[in-house]
Order: sequence, then structure tokens, then C-alpha cells
Amino acid sequence: MSSMFDVVVVGAGPGGIASAAIAAEAGLRVCLIDDNRGPGGQIWRGMRPQSNTKRPHAREFIDWNERLGGTTCTMWADTQVIDYLAPNTLRVERDGESCDVSYRKLIIATGARERFLPFPGWTLPGVTGAGGLQALVKSGLEVAEKRVVVAGTGPLLLAIAAGLRDAGAKVLAIYEQSPTSRLINLSLTLLSHPGKIVEGIGYALTLRGIPYRTGCWVTSAEGSTHLTQVTVTNGRTRWTHDCDYLASGFHLVPNLELPLLLGCAISDGYVKTSEFQQSSVPDVACVGEVTGIGGLDKALLEGEIAGWFAAGRENKARELSRRLRKFQDFAHRLDQAFALRSELRNLCQPETIVCRCEDIAFSSLQRCTSWREAKLHTRCGMGACQGRICGPQTEFLFDWRSVSVRPPIYPASVSSVAGRPDTARGASETLEHV
Amino acid sequence: MTDSFIIKVNQSEVRVTSETSVAAAMMMAGAHCRISVRGEHRAPLCGMGICMECRATVNGLKHQRTCQLLCAPAMEVVTE
Repeated sequence: MSSMFDVVVVGAGPGGIASAAIAAEAGLRVCLIDDNRGPGGQIWRGMRPQSNTKRPHAREFIDWNERLGGTTCTMWADTQVIDYLAPNTLRVERDGESCDVSYRKLIIATGARERFLPFPGWTLPGVTGAGGLQALVKSGLEVAEKRVVVAGTGPLLLAIAAGLRDAGAKVLAIYEQSPTSRLINLSLTLLSHPGKIVEGIGYALTLRGIPYRTGCWVTSAEGSTHLTQVTVTNGRTRWTHDCDYLASGFHLVPNLELPLLLGCAISDGYVKTSEFQQSSVPDVACVGEVTGIGGLDKALLEGEIAGWFAAGRENKARELSRRLRKFQDFAHRLDQAFALRSELRNLCQPETIVCRCEDIAFSSLQRCTSWREAKLHTRCGMGACQGRICGPQTEFLFDWRSVSVRPPIYPASVSSVAGRPDTARGASETLEHV
Repeated sequence: MTDSFIIKVNQSEVRVTSETSVAAAMMMAGAHCRISVRGEHRAPLCGMGICMECRATVNGLKHQRTCQLLCAPAMEVVTE
């Protein structure tokens, strides 16, 4: 089975929705693909048109969702892109069935995922991502009266703590690994972003009463079958908290699997884009977090630019792209402010698991010299998540470059992969490219 | 709030709604999702379908990413 569209957009978060809505409003045949059950991405996870408008960013969601709903855009939810077959054709899988989708223009808006770092006890039930716990609460997890420690790094920790508290959790503290000096630099930057300041103050008010401690990090999590305690340090002393959950996340890393599969050039960890969000590959644009972690406003603006450009409205795209510089600059400053401190490299014990899929311990990886060697000798990164979790960790711990992809880029059924026209080639190349 | 119903997680019952993910239901039931290669108990980490730690058997189907799956009446979920 195959389908043909003028524009295919992969990822239905803010950037994807904006580009799809604008391209479809211009009369193009658009298909919007997402792995989740419905549009929204992570920031708008679980929101519905009738959602409470007081929830952060609900207004933008309602507006854009309405715009998208007013078009003929085709939405494929619960759909994974697994391979790039021929020029301008992707293979996707929905409910175990595969089909091919062709496009004149592709817009990639695959967003970002949380970065996790390993420390003793981080695999215990009860230790979740920070954004991870937030996502679970948005999908029905009750945390009323639960004691939660929020830790790691990044601007999201504040929003996450506020959300947990609204859901009834007792947030014991927020521990931000970045030192105060760096965060002060960032807040000076925020002066040129009025919207961000309002948002920041809003969170600060909500968080009144929750200690926000900078320059502190979790060194271990303890418990037998479930988390019962965490140990925290500021580099000089250590202390503990009894708790039910540790929500631990270290800012975000872009989901580059699809851009890499297509051969898009990467620069400083993000997809390199020219004017109008175009990547180095013809007919492929990238928007949102894959071009730099900058949040909602940047993603929406980039989505609009790519949408207008796909629709052939270059003037409109150019007009909007003048506003982009400020957001890109902000993304860069976020990366600097929340850069990881070197002490976080020393948390693992020899037996601490790094690759959770295959249970590969830190000591096994210390014996390897590269990501490729680790994959071949230990199976690190060869499990179900395909290195999405341990890849960014080993980049930080060992300075390995883990960015390499082989199809299928998402676990797929054998029949979906078997139909690949060049299966034979794939087999012979496997050893060279792992 | 939509109507609630009961699903079965291992041997216990947990009350959920049609907007509850199976992963959230498992956590509320105090169950872990899978047992790792070396025998550790594992529970959801990323909450967004990427880490694969929340895989469990749902209505007899193995390896379901429970954080991406909503509860339905009479569902039976088993740790794997």
C-alpha cells in the first residue's frame, strides 16, 4: 500500500502542527504523522480542545488545533516512521502493518527526548525521568500525597515541579546541577524575552515553598524493590531524602534518528538549517527541537516558516524568519546555562547499569574505546530503545559519538523490514556500520 | 472525569479511566513492568514511548509499550 502527499510532516508537536496547518490552509495535500495517540507532542501531551485554558500553553494548543482541524490535513496517529526507501518515500508502520508514503516536501518535527544520566540506583522502580513523571501524571498516574524529589538540570524542572504540586504531590525539593552563576547569566538573557519572564515568574510563584537549590545533584537512589531514599550533594556535604519518586532529567536531546537516516547535515548536535528551515537534503525541512532546544515559541515560528515555504510563499516565510534569530540565540544560551558539570561523570560504580535494555554495566563500557566497539563487544545500545537512552549518556561519560542510525529506526515487525528493496545490501553492511 | 472501571494488573485490581495509560495503572497497582536481562525489576522511565522499560503483556500481547496504551474495560496486564 502506498500514499502520495504534497507535504508529509513527521511529528505532531507544536512545530509539526504549525507547518501542517499552514501548508494545508494553502491548499496542499498534507499528511501529519505521529507515534503518539493524537496530536500535541510532549508539551501538549494529553491536551484536548476542551482542556482547561489555565493549563500552561493550553491557549496556543487550542488555537493551533482548531486551525489544523479546519483543514483537510490527514492525521496518522500511532504511526512510526521506520525507514527511508527511495527518494521522497518513507516506510511507516501502523498497528503492525507497513505502508509507504511519498512526498514532494518533507518537514521533520520529531522534537526532543529527555537526557538521562546513570547513577547508582537509577534503574529502581520509582526513579523516573523528570519529564517522564510529568508525562505519566498527564496520563493518569495519581501522585497525591506522594513525596517527590525533582532533580537534574534544565528549565523544565520548574514547570515539572509545579505540575506535580498541582497534582497533589509533596515536592520535597528541586535540585538543579547548574551553578547559580550560570543561571544568573541566563536570567539576564531572559530580559529580552518578555514572554519567558512572565512564564518564569508564574512558576516561581507556584513553587513558593518548594526549595529550589542550584549546584546540587543526586548521587544515588536507594531501595530494594522500589525507591525509598535519595542521596544528594552540593559537592561538599551529602544529605538524604526519604521519598516515593525521584524525577530525574538532564535537559533534552534532539531526536535526530530520521534526519540522520535521510543524511541531513548535523552541526553542534543539531540539524543544520538554512533560511526557511531547509536541511542539507533537498525537499527536507527541519523545525523545532531538532534544530536547537528552544521550546514552544521557537518550534511554532519555525513550523510556520517551513509551512509557508512548502506552500511556495517565500515572502511570508522570509518575513517570519527575521524573528528567528532571537529564539535561536536563546536556544544556544539554554545549552550553555544547563551544560553538565564534570562531577556527574563520576557517579557510576563499576556495577552501575548504563544500558538498561541489555543490562550493560559501567565497568564493561570502560574497557571499550568507542560506541561502535561497545555495541559489538557488549551489546550496549543494541536493545529495544536502540541506544536512544544510553547513546546520549555515553556521549557525555566517554565522549563517544553515538549518532549513527540503521533502519529500521524504530522496532518494527519482520514483515515491514523484509519488503525493503535492498535487504541484501543491509545484511552485508551490518557489521561495518553498527 | 470520565467513568471509571477496573482492570487487572497481575493478580490485583486497579480502578482507572479510559484516559489512564496502562503504564500509570501498573504504577498505581504497585507492579513493575518487566524483568531485565539480569533479573532487575523495571518500571516506566521516559513516559513517552522511547525507553521501552514499560513493556508488559497486555491482553496476551507481549512487549506492549504500556505508556503509549490507554486502559480499556476488562483489560488484563501482566509483568513480563
